Amino acid sequence: MASDILLEVNGLTKHFPPVAFSRGPVVRAVEDVSFAIPRGQVVSLVGESGSGKTTVGRMVAHLIEPTAGSVRFDGVETTKLSRRELRRMHARVQYIFQDPFASLSPRMTIGEILTEGLDIQRVGTRAERQERAVAALTSVDLPPDAMARYAHEFSGGQRQRIGIARALALAPELIVADEPVSALDVSIQAQIVNLLRDLQVRLGLTMLFIAHDLAVVEYLADTVIVLYLGRVMEVAPSRQLYAAPRHPYTRALLSAVPSPDPTRRAARQLLKGDIPSPANPPSGCVFRTRCPFAVEPCAAGVPALREMAPGHFKACIRDDIDTA
Amino acid sequence: MTAVSQPIARARSAGPIRRAISRFMGNRAAVAGLAILVPILIATVTYDFWWPYKPNDIDLLAMNKGPSPTHWLGSDGVGRDVMARLLQGGRTSLLVATVSMVISTAIGFFVGAIAGFTGRLVDGVAMRFVDLAMTLPPVIFLLVLASIAGTGVLPTIFVISLLSWPVLSRMVRARLLELRERDFVVASRGMGAGLWHLLFRHGLPNTIDILVVFATLQVANGILLEAGLSFLGLGVTPPEASWGNMLNSARSTLVLENYPWQWMFPGAALILTVLAINFVGDGLRDAFDPRAELN
Repeated sequence: MASDILLEVNGLTKHFPPVAFSRGPVVRAVEDVSFAIPRGQVVSLVGESGSGKTTVGRMVAHLIEPTAGSVRFDGVETTKLSRRELRRMHARVQYIFQDPFASLSPRMTIGEILTEGLDIQRVGTRAERQERAVAALTSVDLPPDAMARYAHEFSGGQRQRIGIARALALAPELIVADEPVSALDVSIQAQIVNLLRDLQVRLGLTMLFIAHDLAVVEYLADTVIVLYLGRVMEVAPSRQLYAAPRHPYTRALLSAVPSPDPTRRAARQLLKGDIPSPANPPSGCVFRTRCPFAVEPCAAGVPALREMAPGHFKACIRDDIDTA
Repeated sequence: MTAVSQPIARARSAGPIRRAISRFMGNRAAVAGLAILVPILIATVTYDFWWPYKPNDIDLLAMNKGPSPTHWLGSDGVGRDVMARLLQGGRTSLLVATVSMVISTAIGFFVGAIAGFTGRLVDGVAMRFVDLAMTLPPVIFLLVLASIAGTGVLPTIFVISLLSWPVLSRMVRARLLELRERDFVVASRGMGAGLWHLLFRHGLPNTIDILVVFATLQVANGILLEAGLSFLGLGVTPPEASWGNMLNSARSTLVLENYPWQWMFPGAALILTVLAINFVGDGLRDAFDPRAELN
């Protein structure tokens, strides 16, 4: 039963219908996204705001239902599970939220927050659940006496560690981390990223790491998926993506990463305009409206993901720019 | 911005409820309301241990007599002790108000919570039903219900509870619709939480402010409704005492002019109690104000 691939996503699509009784357009948040995560690896979803990365993460964690496509977890198709099977599945995939101030209930003590999932899943006795909660707390470097306190007494970084502990308490096989550091001070970001890295290595966690910041991703991810307007633009092993990005969008993203080397600053390539509305996406390649290399045929058809090098895919018809 | 972890001194900390209580105790009007309410409650509950007269005992030598050392608040037209009837009436009024408050709060919470936490269909159906209940003119609805249910303590409780829950269910639903999208509730669902878990671990604690305030004000409202119904002869009927029917039996001009103690005391008790409960309710609302949580 244990295969190498823990999570396999195929043709995942999410359309949000307009509000009832109004004739608004359908919002195409995610369109035909496919990827796989091997056990013990970290795959990162990257894209700017509105690219659909959170929606993909929430579908993977079964928080929202996909419009179409399949999510196979450990060989089991999860989009067609009964309510009971789904509850058990929930214990195996856990989610870390972006905003540590919204993700912890202000009316529960840390102990209650950490044992909540164990209570829901009816794991062990009361004492065992307490024990596991304390263990989760210590694994994120917080003292056990935090159990009796409330979330508002902690700083942002501490709260995010509590959020991580909550996800760990259920001993999940897959963790979906939705921009876990972007709401934190820069000084604390490094702490949290290091903590996640440590935990990932120590516990052999499989992780879907969502981020808009490529600098953070470079350090954590084995494979990077670049999303734009709900579609995959480029997939590549982390090192290759940074060394030789092939999609114009990835290049623009990479050139926005601040560099400590002042001589490299000149190469910055800025994108003009905003991401188009997912309610009314451009025809053909969705990136063409902002792409510096766009040509006429880009509007004609949606470019397919093509393998350019082993494990390196891109959805772009311009191969002549690869060496640029 | 501060780096690393800040030291935390206290081992145990005050929860949101405890902080609300301390804010409540700082509110003078609310504490005054409580100071009026608690003695009234104690007196009505315990009066048969320390007051020599029973509410329906007739003293034929003391008909329509004013306040005196034996009958502190005088006696009524058939020689019954006004003090005893006042306290028994208070007991009836508070019982009707409290029980109907419990029922209407429970109905209001569950209808609102289920509408707020389940799908669009259930929500739509429940809310149209609530709309229906809210558009009925309350006085007429009350009279029709009362004439169907009959008189007495139980029907009165039934009628009052049935009239009062829709407003609460609206408020609870509105709060939960917002709560449902909050990350910590999403997290709870992501851990496999079912409806009951969401209702009691998240729904109830996060609407407790609405419930407490509604419940308090509903007691005051219930007392007034009971008095109104009884005054119209549709609530608690004589010889059983309630503040409403004491006022009713004292409404002839003869009594109004000549025996003011027969209506003044139940009237005063009614006003004082309702006012005190309203002060307490206002105090609770301020104490639970989410804006105060920020401090």
